[in-house]
Amino acid sequence: MIVVKNAVKSFMGVKVLDNVSLKINYGDKIALMGPNGAGKTTLVRSILGFYHLDSGDIEVNGFNPNKHRTKVLENISFIPQTPPPIKLNIEELLEYVSKSSKVSPQTIEEEARKMDLNIKKNLKKPFFKLSGGMKQKLLIAIAIAKNSNILIFDEPTANLDPKAREKFYNLLKELDKKTSAIYITHRIEEIEGLVNRKIYMDLGKIVEDEKIVNQDVK
Amino acid sequence: MKNLFLIAKLDIRESMRSKWFFVYLLVFGGLMALFFITGITDSVVMGFTGLSRLLLIYMQVTIVILPIFILITTVKSISGDRESAILEYMLSFAVSLRDYYWGKMLGRFFIVFFPVILALVLGVMWGVFKGGELPWKMLFIYSALLFSMCAVFLGIAFFISTVVKSHDVALGASFVVWITLLAFLDIALIGLMLQNRWNDEFIISLALLNPMEVFRVGAISLFDPELTVMGPVAYFLLDTFGHKLFIAYSILYPFGLGVIFAYLGYLYFIKKDLL
Repeated sequence: MIVVKNAVKSFMGVKVLDNVSLKINYGDKIALMGPNGAGKTTLVRSILGFYHLDSGDIEVNGFNPNKHRTKVLENISFIPQTPPPIKLNIEELLEYVSKSSKVSPQTIEEEARKMDLNIKKNLKKPFFKLSGGMKQKLLIAIAIAKNSNILIFDEPTANLDPKAREKFYNLLKELDKKTSAIYITHRIEEIEGLVNRKIYMDLGKIVEDEKIVNQDVK
Repeated sequence: MKNLFLIAKLDIRESMRSKWFFVYLLVFGGLMALFFITGITDSVVMGFTGLSRLLLIYMQVTIVILPIFILITTVKSISGDRESAILEYMLSFAVSLRDYYWGKMLGRFFIVFFPVILALVLGVMWGVFKGGELPWKMLFIYSALLFSMCAVFLGIAFFISTVVKSHDVALGASFVVWITLLAFLDIALIGLMLQNRWNDEFIISLALLNPMEVFRVGAISLFDPELTVMGPVAYFLLDTFGHKLFIAYSILYPFGLGVIFAYLGYLYFIKKDLL
């Protein structure tokens, strides 16, 4: 569960989060929307412990992300919008993930196979040399294999073709009922079947928070 | 601690594949090859012969190359990862900031120190093969001086890399640090000395805060304990410190300074926004 209380964050005098309060319960599947500069990424990065708030507080499963970052991140899977140009090869990246997050490389390979990605063929290849789609599939496989109770996806399907997108949505439909998910997106129609709550941000504030009755969402 | 060593190991593997590491390895390996080809170990210049001569030349070259190599290759360690969003992804896993920062530092230390010490060992082996006498004590102290110099510039580079958000600015800052310590500081101090604005002891004390200067004098004193090549400054140094104390200072001071900078960088890393 994530609780955000009166979160304020400014960059160079501009309030990017303006007194944001939010409660995300177990099982909430949220579409986080808003124009560029609305504060979506800042909110997510604050939840992940990358930013220190000017005032206010965030708790993830009862822990502050800045003070107890490992406890918080044990239960979060994150996929950035653009896969970063990591220079580690796939084998090394899997070693990093498996040892830091206690996920077996086999589980990641299985999840990748569900997305039609053969990891074993590319183990010695540097991550940044994979195609955009392959990178995104691998990050998705890692995120799902982590079996976290909170998933945070920033435009996760941006690099995927329609077929891969379909497989990704199918994987998400298999998620545990209690898993919470935040999808940062500009295209609600793509994830409409996956969410049960819509949050709209603008100018650092939450301007709309709406529950959706969705038969497809567990 | 387990994650710290994991990060160090992955950083070493990643660096060993990178182009800059090959260039770095080539520069130091090439230097040694050049020394052998030009017959430096056989030459006699200003009384320095054989292995001592080789180590003296090696010291003069490392003082120019090593700091800038360490600075420009290390400042991108955190700032480059931050700019390319690698840091955002890698730190989204349950790794403590302590393990990440010191793991990166440990890995990078091995990468910058290994080629330097390898070239030195190769040079010494060649010298011994050519019939020179192995100066164990000198080699040990010289290695410690190199270790300290790596530590201080690595500490400064990590500090810059953490505090400066942009990779380009970090590179610029590291260049300014290098050129200041290499040349401008000496020029400025000599200028002040010539104008007699401050007394000589104060100027020399200021110069001794420069880790490059300390390395240079410490290394020279290994070959020339009386520091005759330095002129009148030698009297002040030897009267104030004595040879042994100065050697200890030239090893411990840069190392301590490097640790202080690295720790300040760490404090900034954990207390401020990561991205």
